[in-house]
Amino acid sequence: MMRGFVWQIALTLVLVLVGAALEVGAAQGTADVWPALGVVAVAALLAAAVATRPLTEAVVLFAGAHLGAWLLLSGITGHEGQAGASFYLALAGAWLLAWRCVTVLSAFKPTSRQAAAVLGLVIPVIFGAWILIIWEAIVRGAGIPFLLLPPPSAIAVRISASAAILAADVNQTIFKAVVAGYAIGCCTGFAAAIAADRFVFLRRGLLPIGNMAAALPIIGVAPIMVMWFGFDWQSKAAVVVIMTFFPMLVNTVVGLTASSHMERDLMRTYASGYWQTLFKLRLPAAMPFIFNALKINSTLALIGAIVAEFFGTPVVGMGFRISTEVGRMNIDMVWAEIAVAAVAGSVFYGAVALIERAVTFWHPSIRGG
Amino acid sequence: MDRLRDKIIPVTTLLALLVVGWYAFAVVLNGPFQRDLDRRAGEVPGTLEFLVKTWSQPKPTLPAPHQVAQNFFKTTFTVKPWSNRSLVYHSWVTLSSTFVGFIFGAALGILIAVGIVHFASLDRSLMPWIITSQTIPILAIAPMVVVVFAAIGVTGLFPKALISTYLSFFPVAVGMVKGLRSPELMHLDLMHTYNSTRPQIFWKLRVPASIPFLFASMKVAVAASLVGAIVAELPTGAVAGIGAKLLSGSYYSQTIEMWAALVAGSLVAVVLVALVGIAGRITDRAMGGRPA
Repeated sequence: MMRGFVWQIALTLVLVLVGAALEVGAAQGTADVWPALGVVAVAALLAAAVATRPLTEAVVLFAGAHLGAWLLLSGITGHEGQAGASFYLALAGAWLLAWRCVTVLSAFKPTSRQAAAVLGLVIPVIFGAWILIIWEAIVRGAGIPFLLLPPPSAIAVRISASAAILAADVNQTIFKAVVAGYAIGCCTGFAAAIAADRFVFLRRGLLPIGNMAAALPIIGVAPIMVMWFGFDWQSKAAVVVIMTFFPMLVNTVVGLTASSHMERDLMRTYASGYWQTLFKLRLPAAMPFIFNALKINSTLALIGAIVAEFFGTPVVGMGFRISTEVGRMNIDMVWAEIAVAAVAGSVFYGAVALIERAVTFWHPSIRGG
Repeated sequence: MDRLRDKIIPVTTLLALLVVGWYAFAVVLNGPFQRDLDRRAGEVPGTLEFLVKTWSQPKPTLPAPHQVAQNFFKTTFTVKPWSNRSLVYHSWVTLSSTFVGFIFGAALGILIAVGIVHFASLDRSLMPWIITSQTIPILAIAPMVVVVFAAIGVTGLFPKALISTYLSFFPVAVGMVKGLRSPELMHLDLMHTYNSTRPQIFWKLRVPASIPFLFASMKVAVAASLVGAIVAELPTGAVAGIGAKLLSGSYYSQTIEMWAALVAGSLVAVVLVALVGIAGRITDRAMGGRPA
């Protein structure tokens, strides 16, 4: 029993006791934190009692932490900005329980692959959820002005309320500008890399320039592209092309040197020509590098398109929406747009990563060997 | 001699080709407007005269390299460095927030990396988010941060530095985690046989092993930090800095000035990355590293 009282649990109980003492002396009419304090205290004691069985302890901690947080958040409704010290103490207690839960989960060494995968997903999700919970609780508890930082719940409401506008923006920015620019930029970068590989002189000249370009603030060409190609998506695609070209070039050129001397000698004993060696040995060997560039570019492309829209667009697009809604102080709409951009960026990246797994199935990092 | 053949000649050849292509491109892009001007004025210029005219328009679609160079020289060396028209002044404004943001970002990144290496729960919960956050177009946040801080009366360096911090701490955190984990099992075992404590292993093995990773990731971080500072200057409210210069240039179609600002930004980037590289080399030598 005693060894169940690790420091997170002990500190939680201390916080709850202090919170309860403060709450007894507090004025009536503010948010009711008694249920949350009770739940957190019971969960902490229960977790200490079942500490010999980690799985049960984790479940108890998980339930206690999130039930406590939910009670706190529903208790504050209608009392925004009036949270006392006991509210934050209860929040800190619930958070410590979640921390303990993550620690217990991290110590698991599951034998099956599925269990490991689920665990690898659950732990970061708990962490992410707690960032949102703490954000929500502090913003509403302290009554931070809506203009400064809207709570996540308000952002979620805004996303569902203006789904049509968000969809139009995504269509304009991602399906027109990003996809076109990404495809052109990556293909030309790849073609340039093949040319640089064929001609040594070109490679020696292009590689230092390409490496230097990685450090340059290329995003600055955005206003010039808007001037050249007009306000519609073509100018954004042009910015994306320029931004994605150099990473693709440099990574492909480096990747083409990835095959070893032995393997190339083997190809020579087969009497294969330049192109045969390229397609059958060197390009497959370069795939991890090429996909690395594709992944880097997926983020760069989104950034390029959104920032280019700050310089002028037709009245649709994610960057346009962000810059105008900021001007009108509709901060919740801006956050909604950023949330959509984040999801789109992750999905884009994830899709590239999935294709990579399928193409480079032979690579040690994928086989896990 | 090898250096001349392998690097200098190819690079200068390509750069020369780039400049030639730039001039040709300037003729193509500025040509229609120039032809229009000539027709209205009733002039029929010769080919050479026409070419020269396309390279000397006051507001060309694509300014010729010498126009950009002239403007860059004029706004850098001939005007007072603290005046509003000087590129030195604008570069300094951008550079100062880049610098503050970079210092804080690097410190934060190192701190997070140390935490991740020492607490398993932090590794399992925070690391996936750091990787995910790389896939998010963070820069989109920049205008909001600047405007929101302006709404509560905080303007100037701080909001811009905040964005630079945000952009520069990811590369440092990821690089440092890799670096602090780079000592091999052999080396760790050796430390164990010396009966060394955890702080001793950290300071005498992990930290020295992580230094090359730190400088490699700081090069990426300082470039990201500069981009962050420039983009943070785009929203209305910023009056000085390379980003503000770009924006005002795009409002008034002062293309030459925009290109000069771009050149200034690129120079700043190259200098910053070079400085980090030099600092890395000095540290390496001070720690007893030998040139490979």
